Amino acid sequence: MIAKGKAFRYLDNVDTDVIIPARYLTTSDPKEFSRYCMIDLDENFIKEVKEGDIIVAQNNFGSGSSREHAPLAIKTAGISCVIANSFARIFYRNAINIGLPILECEEAVNNIAKGDIVSVDFESGTITNETTGKSFVAKPFPPFIQNMITKGGLINYFSEEFVK
Amino acid sequence: MGMTMSQKILAHHANLESVEAGDLILANLDLVLANDITGPVAINEFNKFGVKDVFDKKKVALVPDHFTPAKDIQAAQLCKALRDFAHEKEIENYFEVGQMGIEHALLPEQGLVGAGELIIGADSHTCTYGALGAFSTGVGSTDMASGMATGKGWFKVPTAIKFNLTGALNKWVSGKDVILHIIGMIGVDGALYQSMEFVGEGAKSLSIDDRFTICNMAIEAGAKNGIFEVDEVALDYLKEHTTKETKIFKADDDAVYERVYDINLSEIRPTLSFPHLPDNTRTIDEVPKIKIDQVVIGSCTNGRISDLRAAAEVLKGKKTNPRVRTIIFPATQKIYLQALEEGLLKIFIDSGAVVSTPTCGPCLGGHMGILADGEKAVTTTNRNFVGRMGHINSEIYLASPAVAAASALTGYISNPENV
Repeated sequence: MIAKGKAFRYLDNVDTDVIIPARYLTTSDPKEFSRYCMIDLDENFIKEVKEGDIIVAQNNFGSGSSREHAPLAIKTAGISCVIANSFARIFYRNAINIGLPILECEEAVNNIAKGDIVSVDFESGTITNETTGKSFVAKPFPPFIQNMITKGGLINYFSEEFVK
Repeated sequence: MGMTMSQKILAHHANLESVEAGDLILANLDLVLANDITGPVAINEFNKFGVKDVFDKKKVALVPDHFTPAKDIQAAQLCKALRDFAHEKEIENYFEVGQMGIEHALLPEQGLVGAGELIIGADSHTCTYGALGAFSTGVGSTDMASGMATGKGWFKVPTAIKFNLTGALNKWVSGKDVILHIIGMIGVDGALYQSMEFVGEGAKSLSIDDRFTICNMAIEAGAKNGIFEVDEVALDYLKEHTTKETKIFKADDDAVYERVYDINLSEIRPTLSFPHLPDNTRTIDEVPKIKIDQVVIGSCTNGRISDLRAAAEVLKGKKTNPRVRTIIFPATQKIYLQALEEGLLKIFIDSGAVVSTPTCGPCLGGHMGILADGEKAVTTTNRNFVGRMGHINSEIYLASPAVAAASALTGYISNPENV
């Protein structure tokens, strides 16, 4: 699978309260709450985001609340991949569980600017900044997680393992 | 190779002799928790499993505490979804308004947490139960749903940081000041993916409520869990609240810790986190004159009886500043009643504060105390992110109940030693 889109660029500690503020969590429908994705950090995000675009951020992306609404909002808004130096642990699990691709790659983060066109080859973990022509390789997922992704997420994986 | 407390609990629940940091394991869960925000999303996922019942009706807890009593029609619909599911699946630990309290104060109080247990909750502050020697950690709704369906969860065995506590806290210094001090020291991702294990003579000197507060905010350092060694203080609490088996796991002498910090509790000063990150800490002695608009005392971090007692001790016989809205939230019905019987509620109301029914409301900007543009609040809650409690230009200063109460009196961030 290959993702390609324009990069939105953010800094450290993008927390789940700014990804999707609690005041929009009175619904469990991602189509409803994703309209407010990133509103407290970047009010232009939702106006500008297009299917396939990519978020690039620095350390500890997705810190704070365990709300799965955060990766759901990002995915539903059209983002195809989040690239960061590191992810907060609950966000990391949630993103994998709901099928939002995330990659850790500090070198890519340091070499992608806002608006750059970025492509990601998930098979090889190769991230290419199409605007500058530079390529980077992300840290691969552990096999256990790769297996879960291949099976289509946690529910499918657990269904297969435990529910006969 | 030796194991940490956290690693031993994980190994036990995975039926393994031993585990090492980095191992991926499947483990049996003792309790699975969700609330009115994360529960409905988990129910959607649970329904995809195609199983009829939850794995164990006694081992699922559903607590509508975030937007309750329902703040609007949409919130009422979320609560209804949770309630209907709880009734349909005959969940034994569903807590309706009237029995409901803030989940992380409620579950230990209701005896649902045993020492040595493995608990996941679709709420990041699930790490609170480490105070009783459990491995407990926050997850998302899908993890919660699969836990609810199968009774199992996958975990990456974490490395750990040891906090060797010595000395004892001074008057007006609490568990909140300890954890804010630590987060200030190591940063909001200082314990990312790791366990924070609190040991030593100083740890033993801390009250169980202080330990709940410290473990509660382990997530604010990015940690997977926070945990105290079970001692007499924890055993007394467990004896009073639960009939569950007590399994005590102690770290091996040769357990591997990635870092060890020695902290003398007697040197910790009342500490605040300034906007907009919990690691932006200052001691009360470093705080300039900052005028405030609101004080919130409560939450899963600081809504327990000793927190209310500390606030009452500061407020007793005094009046809060009339331009400060002081809102106090006992965390559970039992704590509310205890505060009533001890005369604390009268002290609060006489001082000019309002006392609310238990709810997470203001902490996450849900309801019951939202901040307007440019307003500043001193709160005993756990996060001071941009927009967390209301307008994106509002400011949150995290503090202990004593500092919050002192600030309510003066209208400025204040030291309880001086009011």
